[in-house]
Amino acid sequence: MNGTSYHPVLDPTLAPPFPKAVLPVLRNPQLRKNVAHAIDVIQAKRSRLVAEKVDWQELRSAGAAIREHSLAHLGAYLEQFEVRCTAAGGTVHWAADADEARRIIVEILRQENASEVIKIKTMTSAEIQLNPFLEAAGIKAYETDLAEIILQLGHEEPSHIVVPALHVNRSQVREIFAQSMGIEDLSDDPKALTAAARNYLRQKFLTVPTAISGANFLVAETGSVAIVESEGNGRMCLTLPNTMITLAGIEKVIPRFQDLEVMLQVLARSATGERMNPYTSLWSGVTPGDGPQRFHVVLLDNGRSEILAKNTERQTLRCIRCAACMNSCPVYRQTGGHAYGSVYPGPIGAILTPQLMQMNHAQSLPYASSLCGACYEVCPVKINIPEVLLELRSQLVNQERGKAAKFFDPMYLGLRAANLIFSRAWLFHSAQYLGRVGLKLFTGKDGWIHRLPSVGGEWTQTRDLRGLPKQPFHGWWAARQKEGR
Amino acid sequence: MRASLFITCYNDTLFPETGRAVVRLLERLGVELDFHPKQTCCGQMHANTGFRGEAFCQAKRFVRMYQDVEAVVIPSSSCVAMIRDQYPGLFEELGNEELRRQFASLLPRVYELSEFVVDQLGVDDVGAYFPHRVTYHASCHGLRGIHLGDRPARLMNKVRGMEQVSLANLDRCCGFGGTFSVKNGEVSSAMLAVKLQDVMATRAEFCTALDNSCLMHLGGAMHRQYAGMKTIHLAEILASTEAEPAEALL
Repeated sequence: MNGTSYHPVLDPTLAPPFPKAVLPVLRNPQLRKNVAHAIDVIQAKRSRLVAEKVDWQELRSAGAAIREHSLAHLGAYLEQFEVRCTAAGGTVHWAADADEARRIIVEILRQENASEVIKIKTMTSAEIQLNPFLEAAGIKAYETDLAEIILQLGHEEPSHIVVPALHVNRSQVREIFAQSMGIEDLSDDPKALTAAARNYLRQKFLTVPTAISGANFLVAETGSVAIVESEGNGRMCLTLPNTMITLAGIEKVIPRFQDLEVMLQVLARSATGERMNPYTSLWSGVTPGDGPQRFHVVLLDNGRSEILAKNTERQTLRCIRCAACMNSCPVYRQTGGHAYGSVYPGPIGAILTPQLMQMNHAQSLPYASSLCGACYEVCPVKINIPEVLLELRSQLVNQERGKAAKFFDPMYLGLRAANLIFSRAWLFHSAQYLGRVGLKLFTGKDGWIHRLPSVGGEWTQTRDLRGLPKQPFHGWWAARQKEGR
Repeated sequence: MRASLFITCYNDTLFPETGRAVVRLLERLGVELDFHPKQTCCGQMHANTGFRGEAFCQAKRFVRMYQDVEAVVIPSSSCVAMIRDQYPGLFEELGNEELRRQFASLLPRVYELSEFVVDQLGVDDVGAYFPHRVTYHASCHGLRGIHLGDRPARLMNKVRGMEQVSLANLDRCCGFGGTFSVKNGEVSSAMLAVKLQDVMATRAEFCTALDNSCLMHLGGAMHRQYAGMKTIHLAEILASTEAEPAEALL
């Protein structure tokens, strides 16, 4: 038994549209329970930890300002990072897209004669689908983050960016470990499960001399990379191997070392509800006799510069991947992450994925939100996700509305008609009358509508609708005026 | 004080009783109320679905219609949020300087109903009587969009005879979201199911809110499920008196 019992597709070019992709999840009570329980726990911790910070709103503003400033001068800070990192003994590579990043990484691994590589959790490597690519190149990648191990061994896909195996519960983890590690009498006690993972990992740490990481932050001033984690697996990967390859999106750079003061505070509290995450690793280039002696940074664009160039959308790149938006999202709480068809689920995924796809794929995602605003309220760098969702919706409509297929689409037809109707009061009032007469056909004896055709059927699948009243408000008002009240 | 009622398109069409209650309530509080007969819609449905060009048309219409009034009162927080959050961007994009100026001068005179009563009229006790067990649902737009804060509670606390039951997970969306409820009907329904559990757990007779859109969603499910609870806009509770009880009770 695995966590999902269906096979989600996390490739936006192949994934089914969101309203279809959610169906197997909505019919899976175990999965929904796992997701809701997990994010409720994280959310409660976050709320407690945020509440104890009296200057939380100021911290958010500072976080937003640092990220916005970094993006406004992104080119300069990236160049500064390259200069400082190189001076400290690192090698910086620039990758325009996923393909180039993958080729650079494979080339480095070939030079190292590496047939195996250990990995610190990195969503960016999932974005460029690095593991299957490495496997095809004859290089076996081993995840070392506990959740990533569960996914890798259970052939599962990540459903969250901070706790990627959140959809899998303890007994499911036990089964995955028991099967893949060949431990028949494994109990589902967390201690036993952790011990099994530790045994499995230790061997990798001791034998594999090459590692891949992502980056939480790149510090321009010092050429440093910062990684935060909870398990110490990152620390192991950063000390034992000879070679470290860091893959980072170009937006990860911040100007000064001092900026970490703000960023690390808002990240830990938002992501896991901790005052500080258990392990914070910072390194600059290489240090003789200490840690990896060969260090590469691959800076990945993969559509980010295009987002950077757009006024409303630019804020998407402020994201520090804390996942507070998905933990607070009432949609995500019901659907989990897989339905988003991307390694970036939840509200941030709904705006990031279609943009990374140049709006050619994942077009249902900007509509996968009720615009409730919970994501914006918790975002530690104040990304106005609803605003970006609306901007993307508008772009999609402009892109699609000219197409013949959309001309008779009930939604497009309805909204065009509604605009005409709302532009003249007499048309609006006539439409109300016609609507009432038309809906009478569907109105039951109790005065309620139980079943509607077409788009209306989407409403009546779970909800009744009260039949339209005889007299709209404006009619009542007019009659009252006539009577002189 | 004079004010003009913007009833909103869906209240006009689907919930005229809310409009009648607003009229009773505000006139009882001494407001000289007016109603522009040519009003239609604020454009929220279009803007939120991505039809920005169409939303422009409605936004222009709204500003031209109300530019000279003393105050506009709207019994729907989501429409007020549309005007406050989205109109500025629309008018900037439109690049019509005169319209932008007219809007800037109108904006501070646009009020959601509870804002108008509490802030402008300075009244908490509207003299209402509603002897029933009631739970309040805070709509997302009221809560996070226009930050109604404690205004609804201040008004409800003064309603005589009413027993209030607080709703768990008050800040969680009911899943309506306008066209979201039909574009993502299944997810919307799943969110509704979860919200309804909390609402029903209050064992209230009525679930109230300042947005009939959420109430249409919740009430539609209650009716479908024979759930034994009704929805009622807060304006109808506030308008209700011993002599003239709310229409929902008749």
